[in-house]
Amino acid sequence: MTDSDNKASPLPSAPLSSPGPRHHDMGGQGMKDAGPVDQVEHDYAPWEKRVDAIMRLVSDRKRKLMTVDELRRGIEDLGPGAYEDYSYYERWISSITNVLIEKGVLKIDELGRRMEDVRARWEQAK
Amino acid sequence: MTAPHDDHDHGHDHGDEDWPYPHPKQPDLEDGPVSEHMIMTEAVAELLIDKDIFSAGELREMLESIDSKSPAEGARMVARAWTDPDFKARMLDDVNAAAEEIGIDAGTIPIRVMENTALVHNVIVCTLCSCYPRLLIGLPPDWYKSRNYRTRMVREPRAVLAEFGTEISDDVEVRVHDSTADLRYMVLPMRPDGADGLDEDSLAALVTRDSMIGVSVLKPDNQK
Repeated sequence: MTDSDNKASPLPSAPLSSPGPRHHDMGGQGMKDAGPVDQVEHDYAPWEKRVDAIMRLVSDRKRKLMTVDELRRGIEDLGPGAYEDYSYYERWISSITNVLIEKGVLKIDELGRRMEDVRARWEQAK
Repeated sequence: MTAPHDDHDHGHDHGDEDWPYPHPKQPDLEDGPVSEHMIMTEAVAELLIDKDIFSAGELREMLESIDSKSPAEGARMVARAWTDPDFKARMLDDVNAAAEEIGIDAGTIPIRVMENTALVHNVIVCTLCSCYPRLLIGLPPDWYKSRNYRTRMVREPRAVLAEFGTEISDDVEVRVHDSTADLRYMVLPMRPDGADGLDEDSLAALVTRDSMIGVSVLKPDNQK
């Protein structure tokens, strides 16, 4: 039996993810590549605090539009590429936006339009 | 004790004079290149305000609240626990309730405090992401969220602690607590020797953020 005989199989042709922990699940994983902890810190930029504030508001007792678990699931769904390439709050705002779109709170087209507006305004202000 | 920030008269411009760590400043928005994620953040905020999910004022208040959270709140709890055994017992039982007692809002996600003793040293990590008792000790430092910290702390904590200048003697057990979205931890550091006779405020001033994460211990002559 060759691989091509499996075409009709209802099972996915490849596992959705390789066995073992997913990329975000870092405890004890990839120890041989792990180096010293870079004890760097930066003062959070205004836009980063804004992301944090948005998350706290949409997840607070009053609104309950999303939970911390959903934030994390959204971050994990970004996949290994974006997870490594994006900074911390870049991952957050990407996840918040995706989850709010999933839930119908935001619509993709209105977000696209608003981003164009913001971009134009900021370009002008330069 | 009054509500946590009634006595604040500074402008919330990160004026934490007692913040013991170097803070390279990031440029303001206008100073640096604008990224897609910054544009997305602004667009999402504006849309949520337009939809009356929250008001511009509520967003501003939340930003001020984030800036007002500092390790000082956790430090106040630690100092109270050192001086009041009954409070310590209640804190070990339920951090969030104990915080409320002294006017600190620790939020709804349970926080558990792990007490350092002569026999046990505790340290916290979040291997999955970045969960952290932020309502008690502020936003997590970058290194707490880094791959190397998350990967190695659960496997070789003594080596990681040594990088922070914290040598734990072999006869002391090291316990690593892995936080989740549903349960966070903070460390109750040991009261430094030679701090007898200090009042609660002076004791609180000795307590560093890193000692409540567990990557450092408080030295007798700790001058922050």
